[in-house]
Amino acid sequence: MSQQELIPHLFRSEFRKIAAVLCKTFGIEHIEVAEDIAGETFLSALETWTYKGIPENPTAWLYTVAKNKAKNYLQRNKVFAEKVTNHLKNSPLETNDVEEIAIDLSNQNIKDSQLQMLFAICHPSISTESQIALALRILCGFGIPEIANAFLSNKETINKRLLRAKEKLRAEKIEISIPNEREIEQRLETVLTTLYLLFNEGYYSETEDKVLREDLCAEAMRLTELLMENESTDLPTVNALYALMCFHASRFPARKDEDGNMILYRDQDESLWDQQLIAKGAYHLKKASTGSKLSKYHIEANIAFWHTVKTDTKEKWENILQLHNILLQIEYSPIAALNRTYALAMANSKEEAIAEAEKLQLKDNPYYYTLLGELYTGIDNKKAGSNFETALELAKTSADKEAIKEKIRRLLH
Amino acid sequence: MLIFRHQDGTKIASPEQIQIWMKQTMDWIGGIAAQNKFVEGNGLPFDDAKVVWSNKVVTNGPFGEVKETLGGFIVVKADSVEEAVEFAKGSPVLQGEGNSVEVRKFSRH
Repeated sequence: MSQQELIPHLFRSEFRKIAAVLCKTFGIEHIEVAEDIAGETFLSALETWTYKGIPENPTAWLYTVAKNKAKNYLQRNKVFAEKVTNHLKNSPLETNDVEEIAIDLSNQNIKDSQLQMLFAICHPSISTESQIALALRILCGFGIPEIANAFLSNKETINKRLLRAKEKLRAEKIEISIPNEREIEQRLETVLTTLYLLFNEGYYSETEDKVLREDLCAEAMRLTELLMENESTDLPTVNALYALMCFHASRFPARKDEDGNMILYRDQDESLWDQQLIAKGAYHLKKASTGSKLSKYHIEANIAFWHTVKTDTKEKWENILQLHNILLQIEYSPIAALNRTYALAMANSKEEAIAEAEKLQLKDNPYYYTLLGELYTGIDNKKAGSNFETALELAKTSADKEAIKEKIRRLLH
Repeated sequence: MLIFRHQDGTKIASPEQIQIWMKQTMDWIGGIAAQNKFVEGNGLPFDDAKVVWSNKVVTNGPFGEVKETLGGFIVVKADSVEEAVEFAKGSPVLQGEGNSVEVRKFSRH
């Protein structure tokens, strides 16, 4: 790998590790110092490696430089050093001497620090969108432009959002630790919501950047794996969410054509579905089915599992319908209501589904009219056409518009 | 609150028939939930049912006419009693002659 490729590659994999360990050592109020030192480490790499060539072990080089920079910073800033030694009191790293403050970049401490940072960032006192942005920055090593691109926003907005979130972390004096047994379930719920949304951000993102979208999903999966690797957070709901991600991600290669247009589920070439990911999903879904709590992730993972079976059988759609019936009782969402109605058509009859669809009254939702168009197709093609037209008027993304136009074309032939 | 009154299904129907009722009930509740009008609900199995009387005497089973025993309930969000009645009309319980769905409102939320 050339230096031009190597540094961005290392930045993506190592920045987050250095930042997490430094932040854990310094305390949450110094999150920006941690971020800066991690960033400067890569600047040094860029400068040094250009003249002296790539070192034999680039990662070890980065860790050494990060440690030295942290030490220098501590020595130069007496006030800061005092705060850090105070922070380290009552911790296993307790020390009164700046010289002794150890920056532990061992694998185990990297993992522990990242997991603890995940809980700190996904704190209920911070808004969900800030949590996602912060997680992308600190835990995934995304650049500000990438985050802006993912949110279809601009750099200034993202910067402001990150700053506000960090202020909040400081103001709330949030501890970087794994919550105790009593709190863990509640805190985990916030973490899982953020990871779920992060994954969806990638899966349903409107950004044109295909690599970025898949990266977002991969990062969400990696952070979920982090939870599963720790005994106290390897819980059924976490496995259910991971299974859901595996099943969805298995369809990545089949979802878009070469020009980046969305391929509808029923037209997908299932030989492109990633069978290894499907098997992985099935494994974790099985692991998730212990305990008594049935979360929405369990239900959604089961629905996603049935979608990995391409052949339409009565059994498949009856299962999907019943799972949606339960999902909607746990948590209503318009998309679940629409998917449930589609399953009703497949399991029972289109007529019954039309009657139910008319009751939903999701008048500003383009997918509502797409569904009605689908249901009326073959029963009343004129109504089907006018519903597709309404959907087209309401559709927001070009991918959605193209998909609806395709449906109209098919209706006419 | 929609309260179902009906006979103990396990006494009068085959397991296959009960499975059909179950599906119909799930589809009915799913339809209400799809309109974001479902709050909660539960079935009340007849086995192990007891009645405690005013003199603290405990007897087995629900009392009253067979068709009037409580079999379950669901709580829905409805803007009017008429809307709740419309939901109730869809209940599969009403297929059985003499069965009923009682519509009641909560005094406090």
